[in-house]
Amino acid sequence: MSELTVTAMRFGILALLWAFVFSIVGVMRGDLYGARVVSRGTGRNARVASREQAARPARARRNSLSHLAVIEGSMRGITLPLSEGGILIGRNPECTLVLTDDFASGRHARIYAEGDQWFLDDLGSTNGTFVGHQRVGEHVPIGEGARIRIGTTVLEMRK
Amino acid sequence: MRRLAHHDPRGVLRLVTAITTEHPRTRRGTELILLVLAVGLVLLAYADVALVMDGRLPTDLLPMGAGFGVIVLAFHLVLRWKAAYADPMLLPIATVLNGLGLVMIHRLDIAAGDDIGQGAAVRQLMWSALAVIMAIALFFVLPDHRRLRRYTFTFALAGIVLLMMPLLPVLGKNINGNRIWIGLGPFSFQPSEIAKILLIVFFASYLVQTRDALSLVGKRFLGLPLPRARDLGPILVAWLASLAVLVFESDLGTSLLFFGVFVGMLYVATERRSWIVIGLGLFLVGCYTAYLLFAHFRSRVVLWQDPFTPGYSDQLAKGLMGMASGGLFGTGLGAGHPEFTYFANSDFIIASFGEELGLVGLMAIILLYALLVERGLRTALAARDGFGKLLATGLAFSLALQCFVVIGGVTRVIPLTGLTTPFLAAGGSSLLANWVVVSILLRISDQARRPLNETPPSLGSDETQAVKMVKTR
Repeated sequence: MSELTVTAMRFGILALLWAFVFSIVGVMRGDLYGARVVSRGTGRNARVASREQAARPARARRNSLSHLAVIEGSMRGITLPLSEGGILIGRNPECTLVLTDDFASGRHARIYAEGDQWFLDDLGSTNGTFVGHQRVGEHVPIGEGARIRIGTTVLEMRK
Repeated sequence: MRRLAHHDPRGVLRLVTAITTEHPRTRRGTELILLVLAVGLVLLAYADVALVMDGRLPTDLLPMGAGFGVIVLAFHLVLRWKAAYADPMLLPIATVLNGLGLVMIHRLDIAAGDDIGQGAAVRQLMWSALAVIMAIALFFVLPDHRRLRRYTFTFALAGIVLLMMPLLPVLGKNINGNRIWIGLGPFSFQPSEIAKILLIVFFASYLVQTRDALSLVGKRFLGLPLPRARDLGPILVAWLASLAVLVFESDLGTSLLFFGVFVGMLYVATERRSWIVIGLGLFLVGCYTAYLLFAHFRSRVVLWQDPFTPGYSDQLAKGLMGMASGGLFGTGLGAGHPEFTYFANSDFIIASFGEELGLVGLMAIILLYALLVERGLRTALAARDGFGKLLATGLAFSLALQCFVVIGGVTRVIPLTGLTTPFLAAGGSSLLANWVVVSILLRISDQARRPLNETPPSLGSDETQAVKMVKTR
């Protein structure tokens, strides 16, 4: 086999190896810039939330409530979408919203939907779940702007 | 879709950012493209070896390529079916590394004059197929990585039993001064590779339960928050166990790997630097004791300081000379003489690649390892549950540490220890273990990237049932 072919293949392998490395880095780069990182602060969050809604009208059906935001406590600034299956809140790693709050129970509370209405259940927590200043039990209807306090964390229902 | 995470400057484990992308993308198409590139690269290398060493294209290029492609494609299809949101880069990287390892082992078989049907390459190929089948099977037996938590202490026990198995009189085999093998008929197996995974699962599960006690209580000393004496128990047990491996099996590499991974996971779980200080201190004490006690270990240190010391093994020196002769671009596959080094296809496969692909090729390989580890740590960041985070961190860190110990040993950064180069080196047990690691990482990453409303009903069904009970009460 000619010297030229061998040399071409030798450098071809190195080139292809690096091409492979760069395509992987390229995919990673795409992941980085393809994602929008939601920064804290209510103003921008609200804008992002409304844009999300515009993108997905299906979600807007349920009473137009779509997000749960943490507005006080060590996790302030986080929002999470209200999913069909409901949200489990607590310190247990299995929860949807895992709180780093010493005053929260392992499985503290649950938010779920029935028809067009969202409800809150306190799951027998030690320090209680409060809506406003009222300690609540089970099947408590919650609407937009409802403030839910769990330990030192305050959550708000948002559109 | 949005992935939920929580950004907390205090540490990695609780570090979460709310990331929003426009649409949830499974990225399986990207994976397929990368896989085609990966298989193409391996086949090009295979053809090149035959071209240089036999002067013609290999006759079995097509069946080989088809076989390799089918195995990889099968994995890809299983991912589409069982874990559509899994990380798209893990499988292609593992494929390239495994394939290049096969090519190099095959090339060394030819150099050694081994019959192709009898050589190490065929064994490695069979192990690769078996390993991929095991990795695929894992997707069927393990629909959720959190199920592993149910067997926390079973895994710990099994891990320790596997680790100590080579010491059994009949099963254990002493090969080249290391008692780390068990023999089953014609097969020998290195159980510490499987024990590694079991123990990482155990560490992750144990640390998720106990990290609060380990990180919150304790006094400060010299600016470092020190843990309580009784919380030191686990780290001391891990230290003693790895010392036992070192003393009875004279396996420095495995011992270093276990202890390193444990300390690393302890640090990630508790976010307290004092564990690293304590761990490094214990490690140095262990090293110094081993240096005083074992001639085996002393000779490694002597060779590390001067690989040309007369009267010692010239393996390290030969590896270094090989890499030096490769230079920047290497001699080209099949054109060098990596077979001059002992264990050129296992312990010193990195030196073989350094010789034939040069610094340029070796850097690409090291970068592939770095990317593999990065994907593992990225999975840990994105995982929603603490156990998944710790497990992914531990697995990724074990890969990183293993690469550092092996490549560092061969390139004389640290004293040489016997650990296998993940995916590249000849050796079935290591290959099997590494594919299982990739499989677990894929499983965790699938759950981490999967949008919340698409979470399969099997996940968290325990929670839902519990809530239903509360509601009906």
